[in-house]
Amino acid sequence: MSGADAGRGGAGGGRPGREAPTGAYAGRRRRRRGRGERSMVPDASFSSYYGKPVLNKPTWKALDIAGYLYLGGLAGASSLLAAGGELTGRPRLAAPAKLGAAGAISLSLAALVHDLGRPTRFLNMLRVFKPTSPMSVGSWILVGYAPLTMAAAATEVAVRYRLLGSTAAEVASRYRLLGSAATLGAAALGPAVATYTAVLLSDTAVPSWHEGYRQLPFVFAGSAAAAASGLALAAAPTSQAGPARRTALLGAALELGAFQLMRRRMGIAAEPFDQGRPRILLRASEALTVTGAALALLSGRLRDRRVALAAGAALLTGSAALRFGVFHAGVASAEDPRYTVVPQRERLAAQGS
Amino acid sequence: MGDGPEARGNQWYGPQPDVAGASGYPDAPPRMGFFTDTSVCIGCKACEVACKEWNAVPEDGLELTGMSYDNTQTLGADTWRHVAFIEQSKPFGGQEPGVRHEDTDVFAAAARLGTDASSPGPGATAPPPGQAPEGAPAGQISPLSPDGRTELRWLMSSDVCKHCTHAACLDVCPTGALFRTEFGTVVVQSDICNGCGYCVPACPYGVIDQRKDDGRVWKCTLCYDRLGVGMEPACAKACPTDSIQFGPLDELRERAADRVARLHAAGVADARLYGEDPGDGVGGDGAFFLLLDEPEVYGLPPDPVVTTRDLPDMWRHAALAAVTLVGLAVGGFACRPRRAR
Ligand code: SF4
Ligand code: SF4
Repeated sequence: MSGADAGRGGAGGGRPGREAPTGAYAGRRRRRRGRGERSMVPDASFSSYYGKPVLNKPTWKALDIAGYLYLGGLAGASSLLAAGGELTGRPRLAAPAKLGAAGAISLSLAALVHDLGRPTRFLNMLRVFKPTSPMSVGSWILVGYAPLTMAAAATEVAVRYRLLGSTAAEVASRYRLLGSAATLGAAALGPAVATYTAVLLSDTAVPSWHEGYRQLPFVFAGSAAAAASGLALAAAPTSQAGPARRTALLGAALELGAFQLMRRRMGIAAEPFDQGRPRILLRASEALTVTGAALALLSGRLRDRRVALAAGAALLTGSAALRFGVFHAGVASAEDPRYTVVPQRERLAAQGS
Repeated sequence: MGDGPEARGNQWYGPQPDVAGASGYPDAPPRMGFFTDTSVCIGCKACEVACKEWNAVPEDGLELTGMSYDNTQTLGADTWRHVAFIEQSKPFGGQEPGVRHEDTDVFAAAARLGTDASSPGPGATAPPPGQAPEGAPAGQISPLSPDGRTELRWLMSSDVCKHCTHAACLDVCPTGALFRTEFGTVVVQSDICNGCGYCVPACPYGVIDQRKDDGRVWKCTLCYDRLGVGMEPACAKACPTDSIQFGPLDELRERAADRVARLHAAGVADARLYGEDPGDGVGGDGAFFLLLDEPEVYGLPPDPVVTTRDLPDMWRHAALAAVTLVGLAVGGFACRPRRAR
């Protein structure tokens, strides 16, 4: 028996799956006749309804949500660098990290609200606390985190530019203390801000997001560290940027290593990372992160601000490209029934049903 | 309301006999649901129309898709019932003895249209004899298979929100807009939804979606307003063949098991239930189906799993990653390079 005859020839038309025979739809590349055999060889062929996706694809806008993932990571890891700088007496490393964290988290909050279908209802996010909803948990984390970064940044600016007027040294030092407390508080929550976004993506039915849930938080953690170090490298003098250089190296290594592992463990859900736009973005991200890490190392040796600036720029864009790549790969995996049906068929076959 | 999930029983995954109870209704009525028996669906789309009418669902485009008689294509914000049409080259297999038409001359029968009482004439929608539609072969109505094949099988199935026992959409909703009703169904409160869109990619069946011009998400409510006053949902009410059956889930499951056994006995080996098993990846569907082919042929996932099954593990990995991130930073500050600064 040949496939079904749902798609009549001759009509043309750009509708996806128009020519796909129902009941024997066989992926984009692989096509095989004969549905009567009820094959259990999943990657040879699979059925679908006119090639239509099984899932509804995310409605999120790439710029808002991938941007939010990126800025959240940048902010969270920057808070760590800020606290480190504060504690180890590197004020000129701490200052840009504090400002960076506050700026990034403000922008990311704006992106989050902008992406809502009903932006005026954003406060409904705090209507309940639901541990089963990563977005609810994340909202509550941000409620604690964002004000701390702002306080840290505000005291930093106030003390630096003596905005407090001719206040007594005693008052200034009290502000400094407040700023330090806020910095440390932000550093306590920062890692959660940087990694919870991986859970946000993974806790969906989207194959290329869900299947990598074990490694994705590590990918995002590494990428966040690289981005924050990039910002610090670009903004802090080389004499105080040592920790940023080393964190950049460690972060890049974690990001690249975890991503490799993730791809290998994901089965066919890893394919969308290697196709189309995600592929370009992820290749670029890899190259930029490696280059950035190498330049960071070099900037330490050469004590050259220009090299540090280049390193920072490479690390920052590399991290952004990673989030956009992961975002788009997920959307692509939701749009193709193959990534939903084939792994589920494999699972059933493994259970022997 | 069922906002705060207690880690009680099988709240997140696995069989959960008392869905409403687990969501905080102490004296809930029996769980209600749908059994959609696709073997008697005739593709009339009365369910689609009734749903739109009752729930005032906006029009979402009239298109000729080339997908058999399907022009709604998939479930979404403005399609809460969707009838799928699948044409297959497959014989019926004699599962219903007495309905084979080899010895019936359908063209002769068609030519008699309007000439006797059993085939309505003037005023009926059938064209009077002799006026074939333009383009049709002269003197006859186009045969179904131009090449003379007779083994066309036409599958129809009315799809709907599954009202999962473990509903990912509900689990991930940050605002509590999605909630579990006392009937065990899953409903969006449109006055609370802020359109974050998280539920959309969470649903393993691709049911719920965002209405673009409105920003909020919409899906089947299992006619919550009708259930509240003891009426059956609009689609089930409208279904002329009882392909859509509404009732207490336990009763529907029995009826479905019966029906599938009878179909098997009649030689329809393809008949199978989909979504009725409380042990499946979503804890069983509140709206389940009798299908005549693999689920994916109808656009249904063959083995859906609620994403929140893995959520505890996700949080564990994220926590570990957060600690690793702290470790990286500490490493960055602690390890002194060999060269002096
Ligand atoms: S089918 Fe989708 S929208 Fe319906 S209850 Fe289940 S998860 Fe929610
Ligand atoms: S879009 Fe509405 S119903 Fe869906 S998760 Fe967000 S708030 Fe809940």
